[in-house]
Formats: sequence, structure tokens, C-alpha cells
Amino acid sequence: MNVPTMADMMAQGKQPEVLFWVGAAGSYDDRAKKITKSFVKILQQANVDFAVLGTEESSTGDAAKRAGNEFLFQMQAMTNIEILNAYEVKTIVTCDPHSFNTLKNEYPSLGGKYKVYHHTQYINKLIADGRFSIEGENLKGKRLTYHDPCYLGRANDIYETPRDLIRRLGVKSTEMKRHKSTALCCGAGGAQMFKEPEKGDMDINILRTKDALETNPEIIATGCPYCNTMMTDGVKFNLKEDQIVVKDIAELIAEANNL
Amino acid sequence: MEKIIPNIFFAFILIAGIGYFVMNVRKLIRNIKLGKDIDRTDRKPERWKNMAKIALGQYKMVRRPVSGVLHIVVYVGFILINIELLEIVIDGLFGTHRVFQPLIGNGLYGFLIGSFEILALLVLVAVIIFWFRRNIERIKRFMSAEMEGWPKNDGNIILYFEIVLMTLFLVMNATDTPFQEAGAGNVISQFIAPWFEGVSDNALHTIEKSAWWLHIVGILIFLNYLYYSKHLHILLAFPNTFFANLDAKGQFNNLESVTNEVKMMMDPDADPYAMPEEGAEDEVPEKFGASDVTDLNWVQLMNAYTCTECGRCTSSCPANLTGKKLSPRKIMMDTRDRLEEVGKNIDANEGQFNPDGKQLLDDYITREELWACTSCNACVQECPVNIDPLSIIMDMRRYLVMEESAAPQELNMMMTNIENNGAPWQYSQMDRLNWKDE
Ligand code: SF4
Ligand code: SF4
Repeated sequence: MNVPTMADMMAQGKQPEVLFWVGAAGSYDDRAKKITKSFVKILQQANVDFAVLGTEESSTGDAAKRAGNEFLFQMQAMTNIEILNAYEVKTIVTCDPHSFNTLKNEYPSLGGKYKVYHHTQYINKLIADGRFSIEGENLKGKRLTYHDPCYLGRANDIYETPRDLIRRLGVKSTEMKRHKSTALCCGAGGAQMFKEPEKGDMDINILRTKDALETNPEIIATGCPYCNTMMTDGVKFNLKEDQIVVKDIAELIAEANNL
Repeated sequence: MEKIIPNIFFAFILIAGIGYFVMNVRKLIRNIKLGKDIDRTDRKPERWKNMAKIALGQYKMVRRPVSGVLHIVVYVGFILINIELLEIVIDGLFGTHRVFQPLIGNGLYGFLIGSFEILALLVLVAVIIFWFRRNIERIKRFMSAEMEGWPKNDGNIILYFEIVLMTLFLVMNATDTPFQEAGAGNVISQFIAPWFEGVSDNALHTIEKSAWWLHIVGILIFLNYLYYSKHLHILLAFPNTFFANLDAKGQFNNLESVTNEVKMMMDPDADPYAMPEEGAEDEVPEKFGASDVTDLNWVQLMNAYTCTECGRCTSSCPANLTGKKLSPRKIMMDTRDRLEEVGKNIDANEGQFNPDGKQLLDDYITREELWACTSCNACVQECPVNIDPLSIIMDMRRYLVMEESAAPQELNMMMTNIENNGAPWQYSQMDRLNWKDE
């Protein structure tokens, strides 16, 4: 893939329109990498002039902050902000609601002020600006249910934007009984992704997957790499991986457009 | 002289009742002020709007329609019926009887009292349904471990209170012969009046007077009961929604004390042994995070006093729903209990806190609870009075990690990875762009 870095751009004296913040999951996690690539294809189809930080990108510090390590978080934040400001970044887009939330809400008071988009917002904007459209019929009529990521939904009140995109896919979408502001967490947030859950009757992702299964879907759509992992595990736990796929909205759009 | 003895007695219990209440309110304010300062006075129009919508308008109550609508009935009924108190107080102090009736005329008076009577009946119905939900239907969110004992009784006591007060109000009207004869406003009590047929005029008058006295005494007791009860929310819901967080729920505060230290660490020119600037006051290094109530801010402490123990937070908490120990309601109740304990300690020691070897962490809230939170904000979203249990959980986690280095092992590994590799996993930062060629 042709993915320019900010350093490449700088060397050519160019300033891209938007920085794509890939995030740690999007860079290293095998499943999340597919989301990253799908989104890059969308950006390319829309002829968006973008760049990534590449090896200069570091963890936003979100997981450290939620775990309670404010020191580590602020060290990460300040290092990242130094780099972003050095490149005079104005606009950032990311596929990870946790990075989105941190960059958008927690970096400004530390000196990092940017216009930050979640990829579902950015794709919507591209559509609104007439630069991109969802055309393919690949997913038409498929049964789909959308899981709201906490850090997109409740944390930032973004409920409709991803649904706007889903409507354009021509799928048959059914809401889970807990959705939008009453959605159940997938179980990964608050640094839980990186540890074993506390003792209980079941894991949170199993309960959340149950919610999804009740809608009898063929596709569980998400907008977060961590939700994706959690729901995928939940589907496997229920031995449904032959009937149900868990896909990020970016992947679905790429699929619809045969990218 | 004999005639005014009841009036003097009335004035006495009124002053005693209100006086004791004021004393407790001052204690309450002092306890809340034990918290750290936080500025919540910006964006005033938004704050007023929130208060009008959420506390007065009960906007979030109807997220659960059944309890929401019933609650609105009780709330509106209770407030409006208490307008009657004004008349009761004047009558009591000056020995008049239904002083407003001639003043505003039978028509308007009848309309007012008539609406109060209807409300009283509606409140009675609602309260009885509430009682059924708690005691017969045993709705799950009222049955958790933290609801045993006092919290459970507290919930019922208030229901009995309301049943008694509303009944007294109706009986008082029903046995008031002149009021019944006037036939204005006795929409409900006219059906109760026949129950007293055959009772002598004298006895009827005694019943009316007793109901009147019990009504006012009951209300004074109720007022003073508030401080000891979750029903404090009747008052605190207002300031609590006014001072609530207005930022995005995902936005956690950036500790300023940490910012200063991190800047020092990252600035190559900073002299780590430098003396604090002239006039700088913080010689005592700040404690990071919270292990006791005095480390929390006053809004968090007010939250604890405002909590209604309704359990809406807990019943939407993913950790709780899957059987983990965490219950956001318990976090709030623990905070309140500990704060009360600290307050009593201060009262007993002439205004000074005498270390008691206890703290909020471990003695009330366990680490297991704290680590089970996914920071999903469901509890914050659900709370009908804008309480933020998550902020307390986060401040306590901060204490565990930054003061005690007591994070679970896996989280320590995650944090080491972030520190060394810039990612929560053990990958080299140099491999960050590998995906594009895979
Ligand atoms: S933020 Fe924590 S305490 Fe609140 S509902 Fe979510 S998991 Fe439960
Ligand atoms: S914190 Fe709010 S939602 Fe939870 S029990 Fe208290 S009042 Fe109810």
C-alpha cells in the first residue's frame, strides 16, 4: 500500500489535508490491521491527501490513563503533542474511539488542539462533500446489528453518524435491546482489554454478544477495534463463527465498494 | 391565656423542628466542604438549564417510564400539597382556622384544596405501587447486597411516611364539618366524610384537630428525617445537577499536579534540585489520586449525599450485570458512609479530625471493585440526578497506581510496554508501519 508518512511529506515540503492516527491496535493487532487497510482504501478512493506518523506515532496513553497512570498518560500525550505540533497538524482522523476521545478531549488542555474525527464521521463528511459514495450492492438485504462503542457513544454522544453510514449499505439493520445511550460495554474499555476480568458469572463480552445474537444477525458491525475483538471472541464462544461475521463499518464500506 | 397555649406550643415545635434541621444542614455543608476545591461555576446558563431539566423537569427519570411517571406524581403532589403548609403555619401561630378561605373566596380556595385532594389520592396510589415493587415484586435493583438493613428500611419508612401524611390530610378535610358543608374543594374527602357518620360533633372536632396536629408534626419529623436518609435528594438534586460535569463523559481531567512534574521531567534544562520558587506554597508534595473522602472533590462528596440508592446505575453496569463485585451505587453509598464517619469524628473531637486508622479504600471500597470497572459511563448516563460514580473509581485507581504501584500484574506489563515501546503490547515502535506492506 502506498501510505505516506508525515516525514515523507515534510521532505517534499507538503502538508497533507489530514493525519490518519492509526493507533496501537490498528498498527499491531492482526484483526485491527484489516480495519486500518480498509480505511486507507476508502481514503484513497476519495482521493484524500493524507499521511500517517508511522514510526513516530506512539500510544496516545489512553489505556494508561484509564488504568490510573496519569503520569504515563501525560508523558505520552506531551511527546505526541510535540510531534504533532512540529508537523503543524490541524486535522486528525482515527478508527479507534479511544484514541479519538483522548486526542479530542484530553489533549487540548495539554497543548494539543486539533480537529479530530472518528473515521465514521470523516467518511460521512467525505460523502457530504461529494467526494465519496457508497455504491456497491454486495451487502444488500443482509441482517446487521450495530454495537455502539462506549467511547464513541456515551462518551462523546456519537450515535447517529455510524448509523447514517449503515443505512447507506442497504442492509437490514435491527437494533439490540440495549443500544445507543443504553448500550452495554463490550468489556474492553478502561484498560480491561489488557487484563483478565475480575471474578464473576460470565465475561462481559459474552453478555454483549448475547444481546447481538437476539437480533439474529449475519453481521455484527462495530466502530472500534477493541469492540471488534471482544465481539469476535463472543461469537466464537457461542460457536457461531460460521454464520456471523464481526466487521468494522470501514470494512463493510470497503466491501460494498469492492475495494 | 389558656387560649394561646396551643399557639405557643405550635411556635415552639416549629422553631425546634426547623432549628434542628438547619443545624444538620450546616453539618452537611461542612462535610461536603471537606472535599477538595473544584471550579464548577463556569457556563452558568447551561447549568441552570441542566438543573431545570433534570432536577425540576425530571428529564432523566422517564428513561424508565413506570418508576419515572410514578415518581413525578409523588414529587409534584408532595410539593404542591405543601403549599397548604403556609396556611397551616399561619393557622397554628395565630389560632385561626383556614385563614385563606375567606381571603381568596370559596371558589379559588375550593379549586386549590380540590386539586390538593386529587394529588393526595394520586400520591397514595403511587406510593402503594412503589411499596409493592419494593416488597412484593422485589425488583432486582432493590435487592442487592448493599441494600440490606438500613437502606432497605429507609426506602420503606419514607413510603409509610407519605401514606400517613396523605391520609391525615384527607381525614383532616373529611372531619372538618364547616369545610364539608361549604362543599368547595372536598372532591375526595366528601367520600371519606360518610365514614364518620354518627360520630359526635365533639369527637369529630377532636379527630380533625388531631389530624391537623399530626400532619404538621409529621412534616417536621419528615424534614428532619431527610438528613439521615437517601431522601436528602429532594433537596440536593438541585445543586447536584447544577454543579454536574458539563464536559464530554469520556473526558477525564488531566491532573495539574502531574502536568507540572511531567513538564519538569521532560524539560532537559530543568534543574531537578531547584528550590521551589519564592512564595510557592506547596511544600507538602501533593497526593495523587484518592484513598479517602478528603482526597475527593466537593462535587463528588455532594454526589454521595445526593445518591437516592435507586440502583439505576448498578442495574446498567456491565461489570455488575456479569456478577462482578462492582456496584456503582455501592461506591456512592460507601463514600457517604465514610464521609459521615469522618464528620462524626470531627464533631466528637472539637472540630479536628482524629485519625481513626480507617479510610475509604479497603475499609469501604475494595480493590477488586475498583479494577472491575470498564469506564463505560453507563452509570453516569443512567443516574437520574447526574451523579458520577466513575470519577471516584478513577481517582481511586490513580491512588493505587501512582501512590502504591498496586496495579494488577497484567496492567503493569501493559504500562511498561507503553513506556518502552509506545504501545500496550510488546512490539517495537520501529514496526509500527509494517502493516502497509503485509
Ligand atoms: S463506568 Fe464502571 S461502574 Fe460505571 S457502569 Fe461502567 S463499569 Fe460500571
Ligand atoms: S448514583 Fe444515581 S443511579 Fe446510582 S443509585 Fe445513586 S441516584 Fe441512583
